[in-house]
Amino acid sequence: MATVRIIITLKPGILDAAGQAVRQGLHALGYDQAGDVRVGRYVEITVADGIAPEDVHQMCARFLANPLIEQWRFEGLDPNVGASPARSLRRPRPEATRQGRKTDRPGLH
Amino acid sequence: MRIGVVVFPGSNCDRDCVHVLRDVVGQDVVEVWHGETALEDLDAVVLPGGFAYGDYLRAGAVAATSPIMPAVRAFASSGGPVLGICNGFQVLLEAGLLPGAMVRNRGLLFQCRTVHIRVESTRTPFTRGLREGQVLRLPIAHGEGNYYAPAALLETIEEAQQVVFRYCDAGGRVTPEANPNGSLRNIAGVCSPQGNVLGLMPHPERAAEEILGSVDGRWIFESLVACLEARVPVPVG
Repeated sequence: MATVRIIITLKPGILDAAGQAVRQGLHALGYDQAGDVRVGRYVEITVADGIAPEDVHQMCARFLANPLIEQWRFEGLDPNVGASPARSLRRPRPEATRQGRKTDRPGLH
Repeated sequence: MRIGVVVFPGSNCDRDCVHVLRDVVGQDVVEVWHGETALEDLDAVVLPGGFAYGDYLRAGAVAATSPIMPAVRAFASSGGPVLGICNGFQVLLEAGLLPGAMVRNRGLLFQCRTVHIRVESTRTPFTRGLREGQVLRLPIAHGEGNYYAPAALLETIEEAQQVVFRYCDAGGRVTPEANPNGSLRNIAGVCSPQGNVLGLMPHPERAAEEILGSVDGRWIFESLVACLEARVPVPVG
């Protein structure tokens, strides 16, 4: 078994209200050297040996992250180290994969 | 008419929706547990507010994978009216039934107060009985209602008239001061391309009786019922 460690943060340019508040807190404590702060999520998943990095990307794109607003990177699949692929802006959903989404227009999600 | 209210673990506005639909608007209402896999004999579906699955991961993200959601998706695809209120709106966004995403409120405050929203489109069953430019006074209660969509998507939904409500002042002016959460272009509610799926952050079910200080929310439910009774076909495209 391997442990994949995934870090998800808001994309650059998306307002990170929590990050701003944390930065204010750091400054209030005197840490004026603290610059931009981004607050994200950390997800640790035990996976079978040999899992493809692409499968982890799919987990992120479909569920763990929202590609409209978030980016991700992961580590632990030695020697592979992942980062959100630029191509995965579209977000296939569990049902979408199985049944298709007839109501969707291209580019609407 | 028979209207279903989906109940997720963590929903907390489901009873309010049932009360308004049953006791104020006079419809048959069934509660549908999220673990069900079918929506039987329903004319409309409501996803209520709350904190489904504790809003773990992201608001609405886990609920969007609930067993009932394929049935909700199929119901929406067939033109059935679906209304998502607050957390229900977030679930519809995460399920991909509505365009865009929610991020935390600008300023991080959980906003619990009365706001004004302007009706931008009457193409949905929920707003057909209203008029464009009409101002509704409704309560909001959310921490993640800051609507976001990438620039290209934003233009697409504006052109397709999928923006249904915008935050405004009492006079109907859409101003930065009237925006309670930082939503792009003051967007408070959007609909699907076909118009039959609507999500909004304010709570119409909490403003449907005089004793609650506003009856403006009632007109959204009355509009739905009038459309259902008239069997007005949902406009496509």
